[in-house]
Amino acid sequence: MPKLIPVPDSLSKPFWDAVNQRRLALQHCAQCDRLQYPPQQACQVCNSPAGLTWKEVEGRGHIATYIVIEDGRLNRRMPDQPYNLAMVTLDADPRVNFYSNLPGTPPYKAPVGAAVEVTFEEVAPDQLIHEWRVVA
Amino acid sequence: MTAPDRYQWRRDKDGLGVWEHRGKVAVAGVGHSPVDRRWDGVSMDKTLGAYSILACRKAMDEAGVSPEQIEGVICCDSHIAGGSGGSASQWAPRPYFAPPYDSEWGLTLVNAQWLIEEMRLPNVKFAPTGVPTISEMVGMAAQAVGDGLCHTCLVIYPTGNLEGRYRRGGENADDYARGARQWTAPWGNHGGNDFINIFPHGQYCLKYGGKHDDLAPFVVNQHRNGLLTPWGYNATHQVPQLTTEDYVNSRYILNPLRLWDCDRPVNASAAYLFTTTERARDMRQSPVYVLNHSQHNFRKRSTQEDLDEIEDWTDRAAKRMYEGAGLGPKDVDIFNPYDGYAPMAQFFLEGFQWHGVKRGDAFAFYAGDIRVEGPHPFCSSGGNLGNGRTRTAMYTDSIEQLRRTAGARQVRVRAETALAAFTTPSSGGWIMFGKSPG
Repeated sequence: MPKLIPVPDSLSKPFWDAVNQRRLALQHCAQCDRLQYPPQQACQVCNSPAGLTWKEVEGRGHIATYIVIEDGRLNRRMPDQPYNLAMVTLDADPRVNFYSNLPGTPPYKAPVGAAVEVTFEEVAPDQLIHEWRVVA
Repeated sequence: MTAPDRYQWRRDKDGLGVWEHRGKVAVAGVGHSPVDRRWDGVSMDKTLGAYSILACRKAMDEAGVSPEQIEGVICCDSHIAGGSGGSASQWAPRPYFAPPYDSEWGLTLVNAQWLIEEMRLPNVKFAPTGVPTISEMVGMAAQAVGDGLCHTCLVIYPTGNLEGRYRRGGENADDYARGARQWTAPWGNHGGNDFINIFPHGQYCLKYGGKHDDLAPFVVNQHRNGLLTPWGYNATHQVPQLTTEDYVNSRYILNPLRLWDCDRPVNASAAYLFTTTERARDMRQSPVYVLNHSQHNFRKRSTQEDLDEIEDWTDRAAKRMYEGAGLGPKDVDIFNPYDGYAPMAQFFLEGFQWHGVKRGDAFAFYAGDIRVEGPHPFCSSGGNLGNGRTRTAMYTDSIEQLRRTAGARQVRVRAETALAAFTTPSSGGWIMFGKSPG
C-alpha cells in the first residue's frame, strides 16, 4: 500500500513530529478554545496567531461517511484500488475531520457511524501518517 | 492595463445591497468555437488560440462590433487542467511552430495579450491577467463596464484538453504530497470538485433519505438538453442519448460517483461581449442585461467540507445574489447552476430555492418534469454534463433563453430572468441576467 509521502513544512512540522512519535497533536486556540486541523497560520475563528499552541488530543472519532476510490488520479495509489476513503470526525470536536483509508476494513464495508481510533502507519523511513481503525 | 489585484471589482461580501450598475451593463454577443475532444497537436486551425479568435469574431459579428470598438479583453490564461494536467504538464518545452505559434501561447494556453496582437485590436485599455475562471471573468467584465474602465469588453474562456488522461500527470504522478496536499493526497484525495462534493452528498443522502442513483433523472436530462445544443460536444459528435439504464450501470469513479456524474474534458473556446446598456441598444442583438454579479470564497473548517458547511455557503451565496439583484427565488425563470460533477447541483438548487425547492427536496424534484418543455426546466443548458467541460453552456443558454433564441431548448415558461454560474459550493460566482434592465 504505497501512500504518498507528506512533506512537512515549517507550519506542519510540529504536527508531523508528533505523528512520528505516535501522538496526535492539533493546533488549539486558547482564546477561542477551538481545535483546528490542518494547521494554519492563525486561528480561523479569531484570526489571531497569538493564542495558537499544539495540544495533544485523544485519537477517537467516528465515521461520518465514506467513498471507495475505484479510478483515482494518483499514480502511487492506483495499485491499491479499490480502497476506502472515509471522512472521520474527531470526538473531541466533531468540526475537525480527517481522511482515513480505514486499515483493516475491506472496501465497501465501512460501517458509517462506527467508532474509530487513531493508529499510525509508516509511509517512508522515519515518516508515519495518522490513520483510523474501526474499534472492535 | 489594470491589474486585477489592484482593482476591487468583486462583490464577495454579505450585505452589499443592490448592485450599483444593475441594468446598466449588457451582453450583446456570444460566440462558440467547435468543441473537440482534444487538440491533435498539428492542426493550426484547431488550436486553443485559433478557436478563441473564432469565438471572439463570432461574438463581435453577432453584436455587429468592429475590432476598433473593443476596449477590454478578459481571458483566462491558465490551463484548465492546472498543475496536474496530464501530459500537458510535460508539454513544454518542446519544438514550436511558425509565428504566432512559436511559444505555448496560442497552442494550449491563450492570454489577452496574444489575442490583442493576433486580432489586431488597437484600442484595448483594459486587459487584466490572472483572472482564472469564467465566473470571475464575467463578474469582472460587468463591473469594469459599469465602472467605466472600458465600454465594450470581450470575455474569452478557453478550455484545453490534450493527449493522455485528464489530470494524470504533474503533481498527481508525484510520490510526495506537498503543501496543502499533505493533508489529502496520502489517503487518496487527488483534489477537485469531485472530492469537495461527494462526501457532503453522502451525508445528504443519510440526512434526507434517498440514494445516489436518484441523480439519474437529472443526469439523463442534462444529456438531453445537451443534444438540443447545436454547438455542444454531444450534439456535434452524435453522442447517443444517455438512458437511466446506462447511468445506473455505468462504472464507478469514486463510488458512489459514477462515470456519468463526471463531465467530458474538451478543447474549445467561447466568447461573450459585454457593453454598456446604451451602446447595446445600437447593436445587432437584443441586449441581455446584467442585474447582478457576486462571488464567494468560503473557507472550510477542516480537511473536508461537510454538509453543514455546504448548505450554509450556498445559502449565503443565494442571499448575496438575490440581494444584489433586488430579486427573490420566485423571480428567477432560468436556473443554470454548475454541474461539473452531478452531485453538487442539488446544493445550489436548494440553496437558491428555485421553484420552491427546499433542503432535502432535490431528488423528488429531479423525479418530476424537469424537461425544457415542462414546468420546471432545470439547467436548460445541459451544462457540462450535456455539452462537455466548456464551463460556458450555463451562460450561453441563459442569454439565449432571454433572447428567445434557444431553439429546441427554448423553455415554455416565462423567461425574463436567468441565473448562471461556474462555481463550487465553496468558491466561484454567479451572474443574474434580465430581459429588461429594470
